[in-house]
Amino acid sequence: MTPVLELDRVSFAYRGSAAPVVEDVSLTVADGQSLALVGESGAGKTTLLRLLLGLTRPTSGTVRFGGDELRLGDRELMRRFRRGVQCVFQDPYSSLDPRRRIGSIVAEPLRSLGLETRHTAGPRVAAALERVGLPADAAERYPHEFSGGQRQRVAIARATVCEPRVLLADEPVSALDVTTRVAVVELLNELKREQGLTLVMVSHDLSVVASLCERTAVLENGRVVEEGDTARVLGAPAHPYTTRLVESVPRLPGPRD
Amino acid sequence: MTILDIRDLTIRTAGGRVLVDGLSLSLAPGQRLGLIGESGSGKSLTSLAVLGLLPEGMAASGSVELAGTQVVGASERRLAKVRGRDAAIVFQEPLTALDPLMRAGRQIAEPLRRRGLSGTELRRAVLAALERVLLPEPERIARAFPHEMSGGQRQRVALAMALACEPKLLIADEPTTALDVTVQAELLDLLDALVREREMAVLFVSHDLAVVAKVADRVLVLKDGRAVEEGDVRDIVTAPREPYTRALVASARQLESALDRRSGR
Ligand SMILES: Nc1ncnc2c1ncn2[C@@H]1O[C@H](COP(=O)(O)OP(=O)(O)OP(=O)(O)O)[C@@H](O)[C@H]1O
Ligand SMILES: Nc1ncnc2c1ncn2[C@@H]1O[C@H](COP(=O)(O)OP(=O)(O)OP(=O)(O)O)[C@@H](O)[C@H]1O
Ligand SMILES: [Mg+2]
Ligand SMILES: [Mg+2]
Repeated sequence: MTPVLELDRVSFAYRGSAAPVVEDVSLTVADGQSLALVGESGAGKTTLLRLLLGLTRPTSGTVRFGGDELRLGDRELMRRFRRGVQCVFQDPYSSLDPRRRIGSIVAEPLRSLGLETRHTAGPRVAAALERVGLPADAAERYPHEFSGGQRQRVAIARATVCEPRVLLADEPVSALDVTTRVAVVELLNELKREQGLTLVMVSHDLSVVASLCERTAVLENGRVVEEGDTARVLGAPAHPYTTRLVESVPRLPGPRD
Repeated sequence: MTILDIRDLTIRTAGGRVLVDGLSLSLAPGQRLGLIGESGSGKSLTSLAVLGLLPEGMAASGSVELAGTQVVGASERRLAKVRGRDAAIVFQEPLTALDPLMRAGRQIAEPLRRRGLSGTELRRAVLAALERVLLPEPERIARAFPHEMSGGQRQRVALAMALACEPKLLIADEPTTALDVTVQAELLDLLDALVREREMAVLFVSHDLAVVAKVADRVLVLKDGRAVEEGDVRDIVTAPREPYTRALVASARQLESALDRRSGR
């Protein structure tokens, strides 16, 4: 089966810097096989998501969506892409337009895809906000009136409101308290089950990775050092960095130790 | 002796909505208090109120005494003297704290210059500050603008800025959310060392109970702007009393066991 998304020997260097931050990365995302990207801070995870979104062009190698090379110039392909792929950025505040109300922000994908108008989007927006545990009157307020975790949930509501096939999410639950985090993880699992959503997720929280992703790729210094079934990668790491990662997870003191 | 004494702090919006309700807490030098609780419960607003940094239109009442200065109702001039010297803050979203048009090195140099450093000495101190928070390639980061860094790199620059002030109290609002667990563990050790060597006090806001258990001695649990439980961090994590705290700890254990199941531990 053709993968939904594919990175084929992709390298990328930021302009003006000699060293590439992504080096010869090949990864495929198959339908229903959610992929986690984990690894060091600065390893290139956000850059990989930007490449997958077509926001950044690889210096060499190819990014494909449904088998076709992702090119911003290809109108028809980009229309399909925008219909099928949504994203949640790492820094929720800077990705929410401060001058627009939450209701209009969340409705944006519905409007730009022509699925709803400003007048008809209300119920779906309200449902999306409710699913992430935000009050209905949130739609009337502006981003600066919300806490960090509330803004992160606004970004999740916006990205899931139009039932995308793929969700690219960069640290989507990092600002949520554990109870809310469990609820959002459950929501995403439900979308996976019921709408066939496939996730590509960057997360430092290995419990969240274990709860949501079938596959895991470990990045170090712009390279994939290990990739495979999440259970195998986390349970029997083959690379020393992965081992260190799993061993450094902070643990709650046990009930009686 | 206390460095921070908050009594009956209440924060209201211009419209009169109460966001933080009658909160009290205190911290002595060398003490570490964890602030945990639901998303939207008032943790960030409380942290901001300590330095008189509440968003426009919001009003604080009650008392916030920081190293002998009453912050509630204080003039900007008064507050400017306290900020940095007595307490420094790492904001929850580093992008809001960093000046987008200023290279990281210059932003860190500011508090150092105020401490009298200049020239080569200053440059060396800037690099040392970046190295201390485990940034690789400190020279490059010093020359980089905020948008030219990764999320976790920005977070470490923000922490480096706060630590460069050598504050008596460090307020850290979710300072490690963008860091992988290996770097996180090393930074927590760094904070630990500063607490022991310099008697720095820490107010640490975090959603990660395991991290709080490592960093803090005591913990305060917030819900809907009110303190629901306070105590020794170990007691709270191992034997929570209030229903909300119990739910929080249960969720944390649920997530932990998801990892254990998947990795076959
Ligand atoms: N605009 C830019 N110009 C130059 N270098 C950049 C730019 N943006 C990012 N970088 C560098 O590229 C590397 C990879 O960054 P990226 O944001 O992809 O890391 P990441 O894995 O997402 O890290 P984190 O977990 O900290 O968010 C980092 O070393 C970063 O400093
Ligand atoms: N400028 C504002 N105007 C109106 N309400 C606000 C404003 N800023 C914050 N609030 C509200 O105040 C409450 C407390 O916000 P605060 O940012 O302190 O929460 P928090 O505990 O830090 O949450 P999180 O864990 O999600 O960061 C939230 O319900 C939020 O919606
Ligand atoms: Mg990133
Ligand atoms: Mg907050």
